[in-house]
Amino acid sequence: MTIDSIIQALGARIINIEDPKREITAGYCGDFLSNVISKAPADSVWFTVMNNQNVAAVQTLADIALTVICEGVEPDATLAARVKERGLNMIVTDLGVYEAVRKI
Amino acid sequence: MTALHLEFDVAGNNFVSAGSASDEVKKTLKMLGVDPAFVRKVAIAMYEGEINMVIHAGGGKAVVDIFPDRIVIVLEDHGPGIPDIELAMKDGYSTAPDAVRDLGFGAGMGLPNMKKYTDSMNIESTVGEGTTVTMVVNFAR
Ligand SMILES: Nc1ncnc2c1ncn2[C@@H]1O[C@H](COP(=O)(O)OP(=O)(O)OP(=O)(O)O)[C@@H](O)[C@H]1O
Ligand SMILES: [Mg+2]
Repeated sequence: MTIDSIIQALGARIINIEDPKREITAGYCGDFLSNVISKAPADSVWFTVMNNQNVAAVQTLADIALTVICEGVEPDATLAARVKERGLNMIVTDLGVYEAVRKI
Repeated sequence: MTALHLEFDVAGNNFVSAGSASDEVKKTLKMLGVDPAFVRKVAIAMYEGEINMVIHAGGGKAVVDIFPDRIVIVLEDHGPGIPDIELAMKDGYSTAPDAVRDLGFGAGMGLPNMKKYTDSMNIESTVGEGTTVTMVVNFAR
């Protein structure tokens, strides 16, 4: 499954997308960053409601392919800027974490 | 013989700059052509240690030595120290305040992650004086 197809399935809003054709091979849901770091595999899609700049740090470190911020939460200004600056893939959906995962 | 020696000042309680030292080390290892699996381990372990200095110790210093076959990371702070290291190492143990939890920290998984992703990790801590964490990741199999 590609980033593209996830965006479509969720009808999500794009914060930044660098490589729409990147292949997603795993997934993780959670908000505690230390759990995400150790449990989200590389090339995964990460569902969260966290919206501060540490999300970008964790996404980079763990080589997470795509972050989906759920429940209509907007990334704060620092996070949005950092995601663009680092060329990370991030989208926002109004769906809850459970509903979002079900659609994929 | 040291191939590369790096030093970073880590600012306390600053979540904008938090993680920049580990980020820099990750970039350097990538540039040196280190296997991505090792780069990921190092980045995770160092990030957790760096964040701990930011949150729990009012900042500190990171000293990194990269050798052809391994990396040695020393994180030194002059924070409050850790009274019971064994307890602090337990999965889920955290003294992180609510304000920090709201940012996504405080799962109590940082130190366990550091242990999991390194080949050796040593904590020396004196209450009222500070903490020094030394981590080694071997690149060779
Ligand atoms: N450098 C440090 N100085 C003082 N205390 C520390 C330091 N590092 C860790 N601790 C103590 O050890 C506890 C456990 O650390 P650990 O990194 O495992 O969890 P955490 O930082 O609370 O949460 P998480 O890392 O999951 O976001 C901390 O809550 C804190 O009490
Ligand atoms: Mg921690």
